[in-house]
Amino acid sequence: MSKIKKVDKPVISKNLDEFFTGMAKAFSFVKRFFKEVWFPPYEFKEVLRQCYEIGYRSLPLISLTGFIIGIVFTNQSRPSLAEFGATSWLPSLISIAVVRALGPLVTALIASGKVGSSIGAEIGSMNVTEQIDAMEVSAINPFKFLVITRTLAATFMIPILVMYTDFVALMGSFASVNANELVSLSTFFVQVFEAVSFLDIFSSVIKSVVFGFTIGIVGCYKGYNSSRGTEGVGQAANAAVVMSMFLIFVEELLIMQIVNAIRYA
Amino acid sequence: MLNEQEKVVEIRGLVKSFGENHVLRNVDLDLYKGENLVVLGKSGSGKSVLIKIMVGLLKQDKGTIKIFGIDNSNLNLKELNKLRLRIGFSFQASALYDSMTVRENLEFPLVRNVKNLTRKEIDFKVEELLESVALPNTINQMPSELSGGQKKRIGIARTLILNPEIMLYDEPTAGLDPVTCIEINNLINEVRERYKTSSIVITHDLTCAKQTGDRMAVLIKGHFTSVGTFEKVFEEATDKQVKSFYDYNFIR
Repeated sequence: MSKIKKVDKPVISKNLDEFFTGMAKAFSFVKRFFKEVWFPPYEFKEVLRQCYEIGYRSLPLISLTGFIIGIVFTNQSRPSLAEFGATSWLPSLISIAVVRALGPLVTALIASGKVGSSIGAEIGSMNVTEQIDAMEVSAINPFKFLVITRTLAATFMIPILVMYTDFVALMGSFASVNANELVSLSTFFVQVFEAVSFLDIFSSVIKSVVFGFTIGIVGCYKGYNSSRGTEGVGQAANAAVVMSMFLIFVEELLIMQIVNAIRYA
Repeated sequence: MLNEQEKVVEIRGLVKSFGENHVLRNVDLDLYKGENLVVLGKSGSGKSVLIKIMVGLLKQDKGTIKIFGIDNSNLNLKELNKLRLRIGFSFQASALYDSMTVRENLEFPLVRNVKNLTRKEIDFKVEELLESVALPNTINQMPSELSGGQKKRIGIARTLILNPEIMLYDEPTAGLDPVTCIEINNLINEVRERYKTSSIVITHDLTCAKQTGDRMAVLIKGHFTSVGTFEKVFEEATDKQVKSFYDYNFIR
């Protein structure tokens, strides 16, 4: 039960009150996650099941999207570099773009659409059909079984998906470079690894962990707090996607600033 | 069987409102050991709210509920969960877990609350309960493959797996055809006989009330207007609202 008390009359205005109450509820939801995640019972089986759902089942979509992004980004960059006779820089340019920004961002946006909406809808529908109440009355902590497992699975799987997207996008880029510039695979990847620094990879992993956590916790929060009725389930799924996408862009901006500050310090 | 000396539930001065909607106003009620008590009332009269407060899904504004002598309003989560294990709650829409098979639905509360069970013991318990609700063949089916009546039975079996002493049935016959309703009513009586439970049955179905209840309590406008046997409450009723409820259900 929420500890945030309802008052009869608006304190500031109805909309602002709702905004701040919503923020407080979301904050206490995240706080509860960090409070409960360390203590048993640990639902390892459910975490693994969710890893499969979030990770493995996203592979076809991620593969297709990553490969196409690699090709398209390479093809779009080529004319600009060709003006300076610098098409040999394509592997370096693409690798930096993919590892630093495109890979994490594109994967996170796709996952927020696919995974975030599915978590929001699933938990929302469990809420509506009293399945969450059924867990509570059986002395089972639904927060542990539903929220912690899904959030952990998203936090583990998004970084793995990001690495996979990076690889697939680079393969797409190689396909284009190979077809046009006749560059071999080994030459392509030598240039890729020369361009990418440890900080790029480290920041990409950190970013994807943050994105994964965001997708999981936002999906769970929206589902867990969905209003009753089937309309509420749809709204929960929709709100999970919109909110997680918004937060991903904000986080991308903030992490990029921090990484740049470190890089150029 | 009914032991009028031993109260398992004692509700005093219970008040619950949702904003301006005052659902329960100073409600008093007792449940005795071994009895089936039927709570009757129109939709929205607060019947389900009453049993949800009992298991701590909702919190009362005022009043006390003592279950086995324990006041449930002052319990921490650990104590509340301990009490919840002694109470079975059968939900109106069954609330079976969609992503799990019937077997997994039954195992889920068992393996999380009873430690160190062997696979054999779990299987035995699950199969025994499915036999008792006459659905042993559904063990590997998903909830989406079951009919409404089957879902109700599995839902009841799931609550029984933890051997509760009190059963709370929320609208057990809602949305079922008359034949299945009678089967569910018989099952409620069988559960009482076999598992020695005391029960509160929430319903607006007088056939269910008559078949399952030792006593009735009619909830109108947040109060229990009549409490007693079926005959006392309905056939000798003088209260206009109680009478109209009876007349409407039996179309006299």
